[in-house]
Amino acid sequence: MGGERPPGPPPRRLTVGAYPRYVAGKLAGAAVSLLAVLVTSFFLFRMIPGDPVKFMTGRRPVSAEQIAVYRREFGLDLPLWQQFTEYCGKALTGDLGTSYQFRAPVVDKIGEALPNTLLLTGTAFVLYTALGVFLGTRSAWRHGRLGDRLHTGLALTLYSIPSFWLGLLLIIVLSVGVDPIPGLFPTGGMESGSEEGFARTVDIAHHLVLPVVTLVAVEYGQTLLVTRSALLDEMGGDYLTTARAKGLRDDLVRRRHAVPNALLPTVTLVFVNLGRTVAGVILVETVFSWPGLGGLFYQALSVPDLPLVQGLFFVFAAAVILMNTLADLLYPLFDPRVGR
Amino acid sequence: MTAETPGSAKSPKTPGSPESPETTGSPGSPESPETTGSPESPDAPGSPQSGESSESPAKSAAPGPRALARRRRRASVARFWKEYRRHRAGVFGLAALALFVLVALTAPLTVGSDVERVTNAPGQPLESPSGRFPLGTDQFGRDLLGLLIWGSRVSLLVGLLAAALSVTIGALIGITAGHFRGWYATVMMRITDWFLVMPTLVLAIVLATVLSRSLGTIVLAIGVTTWPTTARLVRAQTLAVESRPYIERAKALGGGHWHIMSRHVLPNVMPLVLAQTTLIISSAILAEATLAFLGLGDPGVVSWGGLLQDAREAGSVSSGDWWYLVPPGVGIALVALAFTLCGRAVEAVLNPRLGVSR
Repeated sequence: MGGERPPGPPPRRLTVGAYPRYVAGKLAGAAVSLLAVLVTSFFLFRMIPGDPVKFMTGRRPVSAEQIAVYRREFGLDLPLWQQFTEYCGKALTGDLGTSYQFRAPVVDKIGEALPNTLLLTGTAFVLYTALGVFLGTRSAWRHGRLGDRLHTGLALTLYSIPSFWLGLLLIIVLSVGVDPIPGLFPTGGMESGSEEGFARTVDIAHHLVLPVVTLVAVEYGQTLLVTRSALLDEMGGDYLTTARAKGLRDDLVRRRHAVPNALLPTVTLVFVNLGRTVAGVILVETVFSWPGLGGLFYQALSVPDLPLVQGLFFVFAAAVILMNTLADLLYPLFDPRVGR
Repeated sequence: MTAETPGSAKSPKTPGSPESPETTGSPGSPESPETTGSPESPDAPGSPQSGESSESPAKSAAPGPRALARRRRRASVARFWKEYRRHRAGVFGLAALALFVLVALTAPLTVGSDVERVTNAPGQPLESPSGRFPLGTDQFGRDLLGLLIWGSRVSLLVGLLAAALSVTIGALIGITAGHFRGWYATVMMRITDWFLVMPTLVLAIVLATVLSRSLGTIVLAIGVTTWPTTARLVRAQTLAVESRPYIERAKALGGGHWHIMSRHVLPNVMPLVLAQTTLIISSAILAEATLAFLGLGDPGVVSWGGLLQDAREAGSVSSGDWWYLVPPGVGIALVALAFTLCGRAVEAVLNPRLGVSR
């Protein structure tokens, strides 16, 4: 794909004038997608058969007046279109409704959990991207050798493993402890609660190890495979032969010539992958009772606490859309052929 | 309908812009006349296959279009298999799959549906593995090996059905969006793009929450959220196929939309769809396990993901009952891996340029 120029007119360099227009287009697209998510999240949750109030009250016996009070409180007595306009209006001002379960604004619950999720995903993201790109490059450069086959095989295997299962196994082996191994890490949560200052940071890091290891293990494989096949595509390129013919050392050819070209698909993938990570984080946070968005989502699902599920759905989808847009915006900076 | 024919047949940019879809299609059609041509000529005089030649000498001289098509198909399957066999990982995956399918199909004979019953369980709660219960028992005293085997039926079935649904939607939208241009294609591709940016599993989780708990819901939730990649691939391939001259010929002879799509486009898109199906099954099996683990599955049936959820609820994590947790996860991982390996091998055979398993 990458090596040769596409047929047609020679690629124009990215000019100063073109980029803002490109950005504007992409941002407009993202805005439309966000709006579509908002609309979907509203109607998706009106699909449920029966009265949402029944969900809210669970199996408790409630009188008719109480149900009426609830319905008024959550605006369920209004006609659908009015509920919809109200919902959209509120969402635009940053109000995603009130959680049935916690009796608190959904936005507040999300705000509490967000930093914890960012800490977990951020750490994992940096690690699995670095690991995937590094191993993928080495694998492709020595493709067909034993090391490559081992790495590819391991990546494929880990890719097929459900993240929550790996997490449970890690808890059994490294937290609860199996005979010769003592319990090294906490079984869940984010901190013990008793530490202060620096000791607290260490404590949180200690709690972070297993969830991060789980996420990295299930996610790095995809980055590895894509980096590897992108680099393999690149390796037949004449310019590499030229570079070698010039007498450049092998690792210089790899680092200066092949890898930068092969990284383009990886850049897109890295961001698109965040969509997968969102799903992964829900499971990993559930297993390790990490107090983040994913853990909150699980709590909301089991009730089900519809306004909270709805709000979190919106946040997750928005995160993925924003990341995709970011990838689109970065792409022309790496490859001038994109973005006219 | 013929008004748009000349335009749509000539418009495609032949200078080689859709390069990779072109190569995907090639093993199917342009080579097969060659391969069928060669066995055909020695076939007529020599007649090694007595069954065919005994029909009538006139027929062997000019075999009917049906027979030709059948022979061509058989030859391309044989060639496919010959190529496929060279991918060792793919053969391993296929063998593992055959084993799993066999175990799942014979489950009523080997374990029977009695294992699912909570009452009258044969063992004590949470026994560790022993001669009588090779994998131990669950919190009700049920035989875990039996449950594992029984659960493979649901996991495989849901995976296959969800993938079938997903690929059907994807192929349908892809082919129609590639065939009919204009506003229909634009709208369909907008919808596809929108589904493509959504986090698939989150959407599936939400669907499974909102709808009632049943296997059908799970199949629907997975199928409805995973089709967009297939749709995009199939559309690209359809555009490539429709730019070939014989499509124009078919249109000139009065072939309608349905005829073109079902007789010409579909057979050429099929190999791609097959590879895509194998890959989607593995993610569908993982998705089913995930939904069941989150408690969104059908509580009435045993599946691998459901077993893991049961294990977690029974507190087997904190009490270190590893034998309850390990087998279902291994099952999920092995089946998903086997389908992935098969899918990659199929993809490598159909499109050697992809370089997936180089």
